[in-house]
Amino acid sequence: MNTAMTHTKNGWQSLFYKEILRFWKVFGQTVTAPVLTSVMYLLIFHHVLEGHVKVYDTVSYTAFLVPGLVMMSVLQNSFANASSSMVQSKMMGNLVFLLVTPLNHWDWFFAYVGAAVVRGLCVGFGVFIVTIWFAELHFAAPLWIVIFAIMGAAMLGCLGLIAGLWADKFDQMSVFQNFLIMPLTFLSGVFYSIHSLPSFWQTLSHFNPFFYMIDGFRYGFFGKSDVSPWVSFGVVFIALAIVSSIAVHLLRIGYKIRS
Amino acid sequence: MTSNATPALSFQSVSKSYGSNHALDGVNFDIAEGEFFGLLGPNGAGKTTLISVLAGLVKATSGKVLVHGHDVRTDFAIARRMIGVVPQELVFDPFFTVREALMIQSGYFGIKKNDAWVDELLENLGLTDKANANMRQLSGGMKRRVLVGQALVHKPPVIVLDEPTAGVDVELRQTLWAFISKLNKQGHTVLLTTHYLEEAEALCGRIAMLQQGRVVALNSTSELLKAAASNVLRFKLDGTLPPALAAKARVVGRIVQLPANTAAEVESYLAAVREAGLVAEDVEVRKADLEDVFLEVMNKNKESV
Repeated sequence: MNTAMTHTKNGWQSLFYKEILRFWKVFGQTVTAPVLTSVMYLLIFHHVLEGHVKVYDTVSYTAFLVPGLVMMSVLQNSFANASSSMVQSKMMGNLVFLLVTPLNHWDWFFAYVGAAVVRGLCVGFGVFIVTIWFAELHFAAPLWIVIFAIMGAAMLGCLGLIAGLWADKFDQMSVFQNFLIMPLTFLSGVFYSIHSLPSFWQTLSHFNPFFYMIDGFRYGFFGKSDVSPWVSFGVVFIALAIVSSIAVHLLRIGYKIRS
Repeated sequence: MTSNATPALSFQSVSKSYGSNHALDGVNFDIAEGEFFGLLGPNGAGKTTLISVLAGLVKATSGKVLVHGHDVRTDFAIARRMIGVVPQELVFDPFFTVREALMIQSGYFGIKKNDAWVDELLENLGLTDKANANMRQLSGGMKRRVLVGQALVHKPPVIVLDEPTAGVDVELRQTLWAFISKLNKQGHTVLLTTHYLEEAEALCGRIAMLQQGRVVALNSTSELLKAAASNVLRFKLDGTLPPALAAKARVVGRIVQLPANTAAEVESYLAAVREAGLVAEDVEVRKADLEDVFLEVMNKNKESV
């Protein structure tokens, strides 16, 4: 039988490509719309708070806000990419195309999380390009910017994957999004420094890993932050390791995808 | 290529339970390389569950399934490269065109340059002019063709078709069977489940019948046909069949079919109809087909399983 075909072991690249193609085909919905939303935030907060709020002595409120908005976009869109893709495939039944392939749990993990990182960074870059005209920004430590953007996107990609595996329908997904992701994002210091909060909320914020992502990311621009970037790096690294382990484990056991 | 001694597919005491419901109960049979094998059974018999265990969609509670000697659980990467599964459900990814769907599926199997085979698939499945159409724009029949194409992108030695012709038109059936038969002649093993018993009789060299998760018949198609009542008396009737005949008869609308192996049996049936004051029309005696065999097997095992 002359049926032999050459197989390589890099099937995950195809899944990665497919996940990117998927969001790229609806660019307006997956990239342009969140960029526009962030610009609206900036316009409103810039108009209302500029001149009234000073976070760091040498940094205007709008300049302070831009990295927060960029990081918030990165986080939300990384989560959205992995979660919506997984839950849609489950609901439409087309996940079967993947389930019958030789791809293992690591292939799935790197493809889904990798594509989530790409989407998050695309939107984040879009927000950055549009909002940079509103404030004077510096790049005190560019490497930290890149590190926190990638780690934050990867962490939310993992959370999106976990949520997508767990949820059987979109309303379950919105529970995850509205009761976990949104509060953690909004209470992370996107719009303010946690030093402006009452002490109870300050203490509570230190248990929120999203706070460290945004604080570390902001440090890359201003060289100033609420906590040391090394502390932020450590916290985010551990949080990423935990959510990655959970996502890989769920994929390995076929949680809610293989009965 | 694996040696001929190793079966293409080997189901070894495969059981699957969902709580107290035994979807599969110790299924045991082999399929040799190059066979065109039919898996028949009523709805809920366990056909799709068995195929799902083979494809890795469902984990067996006990037992194992081997594809050319490779366990679908412990050696899944090799086993899955050797099978192509056409799922029963009409599923598709609405983001992509037909060609993109096929190329992406090739990529999952690690095949990067697959254009020649994808073109051949498109041509053989009558999809060439739809290659750049989005999946959403296709009719149900066309989507079904793409499903077949996706299952074959990696030229699997074993092709598994789970009711591929359910609800599709005659043209697609003919196109599909011509193509699958061609692949079978080239050496691909085919496992088919279908409710169209004429198709199974025409295509399958060997058949297993499942009932309530157990194999209740397993033989070559010709042997199964030989073992059944060799002739069937068929006629049309307006009115209620006499009770003595009704117990033996298969009635669909006005059509009555009775197993009849001798002229005396034919005469006695027709006499019983006449005595009931009824008139049998379009009377004919025909050879038993797979549907007769299937019903006989199912009825025989109804109480024992």
